[in-house]
Amino acid sequence: MAKQEIKLTVNGKIYHLEVAPNEILLNILRDKLFLTGSKYGCGIGECGACTILAGGRSYLSCLIPAVAADGWEITTIEGLAKGEELTPLQQAFIDEGAIQCGFCTPGMVMTATALLNENPDPDEEYIKDYLRGNHCRCTGYIAIVKAVQAAAEKQRQG
Amino acid sequence: MNTRIIPVNYNYLAPTTLAEALTVLADKPRVKILAGGTDLIVKLKTGVDIPLEYLMDIKRIEELKLPKYCQRGLFIGPLATLSQLEKDPDLQKHYPALAEALRAMAAVSVRNMATMAGNLCNASPVADTAGPAICYGAQLKLENITNHRIIKAEDFFTGPQTNVMTPQEILTEIFLPQPLANCGGAFRKKTRVKADIAKISATAVLAREGNIITHCRIAMGSIAAVPLFLGELSAGLIGQEMSPDLRREAGRKAAETIKPIDDNRTTAGYRTAIAGLLVEEVLAAAWQRAGGEL
Repeated sequence: MAKQEIKLTVNGKIYHLEVAPNEILLNILRDKLFLTGSKYGCGIGECGACTILAGGRSYLSCLIPAVAADGWEITTIEGLAKGEELTPLQQAFIDEGAIQCGFCTPGMVMTATALLNENPDPDEEYIKDYLRGNHCRCTGYIAIVKAVQAAAEKQRQG
Repeated sequence: MNTRIIPVNYNYLAPTTLAEALTVLADKPRVKILAGGTDLIVKLKTGVDIPLEYLMDIKRIEELKLPKYCQRGLFIGPLATLSQLEKDPDLQKHYPALAEALRAMAAVSVRNMATMAGNLCNASPVADTAGPAICYGAQLKLENITNHRIIKAEDFFTGPQTNVMTPQEILTEIFLPQPLANCGGAFRKKTRVKADIAKISATAVLAREGNIITHCRIAMGSIAAVPLFLGELSAGLIGQEMSPDLRREAGRKAAETIKPIDDNRTTAGYRTAIAGLLVEEVLAAAWQRAGGEL
């Protein structure tokens, strides 16, 4: 099946890529653009490890054919920090010890970034509900929720 | 099973107008429609046998996008995502059972991608939006290149993953009529954890005058081969006075009507045991939302 050219803007950089109709966006990010922060977890939309942002909202890159993302502006975990300067949320994940093996962390941080875009003042229940599609098998959930709360607090203080 | 890749080949089409999309369906064989993809892509990855020569992405068709209101009710475009609908204040106010179903589905990222039309067309007996669609009297507009027809939600489903649509049709509109005065609706489902697919679900939409039920529609999910409208039970409640005994009796009848099976989520026994209680619960919640006292 013929390859098609698509245009993707990833973390502010424009890419023109030739992709087959059955290629998955996650694999393009990881294998062609070498942005390996987004993870392959389950591949069927259950775990959230592949979460990316487009227009400030979270999407699962393992369920999107790359051709269907033609023209999208995407942010991956690699695009959050400005050089060495982490976002308050990334810093909070470190400060609160919200990282154990780290495999779920990129997806978790991307979904939590979307959460804070939508609601700068979330309570604990809201955070747990919003992150319900991101699985952590080290069960670091308590620290993750604390990190989101800490980042929200920091953002509110400016 | 390797869920890293889609192990089948196909051609990709992305029409930008409805007319173009309907022409594709009329002219080409084995076309599958891609909207949110949260179900179709999973099926393709996990090896479900789907005849597929063309994957037609309809997300670039602007005219299918947004929910629209009019005096008569709510028109939902097939590309309206679950997130868009869930956050719509008018939908929350007028169709609370649907709002509850939307909030109970999957997780945020999936709801940002998935559409209500896809949930219906996929025709799972478990589909969470099916019960509210049936209970609010949804009318589904199915279009092909030459014609369109309107199908009631309760007549849409024909079996697990099958519906009345021909391969040439697109569901172009879900219409929810304006609810009656003194109307209330509620949706409940039972799951192991929150983001799960339902083991069983129930929806009720009621209207009342004083303590008398003047309108009633009850539907259940995951208890038969299709999302089930309990038409006889619903009709039997109209004209009756609401009471705990009436709700208990309705629950008992519902449990007798359903035909659940054992599957990987739970057992037929559990579904039968819980069905009556769930119907009692949605009737009570819908009644309270209609302004009735329990």
